[in-house]
Amino acid sequence: MPETVTPEAVETTVRDALVQFGPEADDIKLESTFEELDVDSLDLAELSQIIEDEYGVKLKGEDVGKIKTVGDAVDLVVQRAG
Amino acid sequence: MSQKPRPDNATALVTGASKGIGAAVAIALAADGWNVGVNYRSDKEGAEKTVKAIEEAGGKAVAIEGDVSDANGVANDLFTKLEAELGPVLALVNNAGITADGLAIQLEDEQWDKVIDTNLTAAFRMTRRAMRPMIKARFGRVINIASVVGPRANAGQANYAAAKAGLIGMTKTVATEVAKRGVTVNAVAPGFIATAMTEDIPDAVMEAVPAKRPGTPEEVAAAVRFLASDDAGYVTGSTLFVDGGMSA
Repeated sequence: MPETVTPEAVETTVRDALVQFGPEADDIKLESTFEELDVDSLDLAELSQIIEDEYGVKLKGEDVGKIKTVGDAVDLVVQRAG
Repeated sequence: MSQKPRPDNATALVTGASKGIGAAVAIALAADGWNVGVNYRSDKEGAEKTVKAIEEAGGKAVAIEGDVSDANGVANDLFTKLEAELGPVLALVNNAGITADGLAIQLEDEQWDKVIDTNLTAAFRMTRRAMRPMIKARFGRVINIASVVGPRANAGQANYAAAKAGLIGMTKTVATEVAKRGVTVNAVAPGFIATAMTEDIPDAVMEAVPAKRPGTPEEVAAAVRFLASDDAGYVTGSTLFVDGGMSA
């Protein structure tokens, strides 16, 4: 059963996932770019899997290619879960 | 920093494991402590025989039906079912393969397509699905059963050669994509191995094999067993030829 999709919940999910991939929690802001955080395409692919498992929202490769910041990712998930 | 060891309850899925190399691989992995999903397309009896051999030796296995060349969600079904029955699938051996021989000038589209679908495209779909549990677990082993045919020519097998060469190319690229997650992707390239698939090959072919004998399925399985083991954590993107020196 997917978790409730609020921006706050999604942001927490995204932050927790990113910390696993390497960035320090304090460095992760909504305006941070994935490039700044040294988050690569495999990390984003894994983030997509985590999002899908948690919220039932499927992010395709082309979606992931368009998101540049943490905020972009949160917004996209909330929009898709709409 | 070294590769983490294989997690408890790890399961290996071997496609086309009702006979030949696949069956030998399933048995060898089970002997090494893997739970094993013995996949078959239609030879249920053969798959159950493999399961029985594993269980009699003290291992754990289930026979699991599915035609990997079927694009309609078979990969997902196999993994989901096996994960529920035995545990997370952290090794995948893409062994299922067919031949449909003919000189290129006479090969029909259907012969080309079915060999590519079963031997290459299916392996891609299964590997794609395998990445989910493996990346999550930070541990995985994908072993693609390729062939000396592909890297070497074999007249009458343009489709098979293309599929097997493609499998080696795919192995290298996927290996580099997932290496940092502790997932290795390798190929084993058997030469002439004494199985049903090679029954009709003339003896004269052995002249091209320095060892002057066909290999056994168990010799191929030993290579797979190594690549699936904790010892092979730093081996990835490689192709291990088990061919009696044929490609040397």
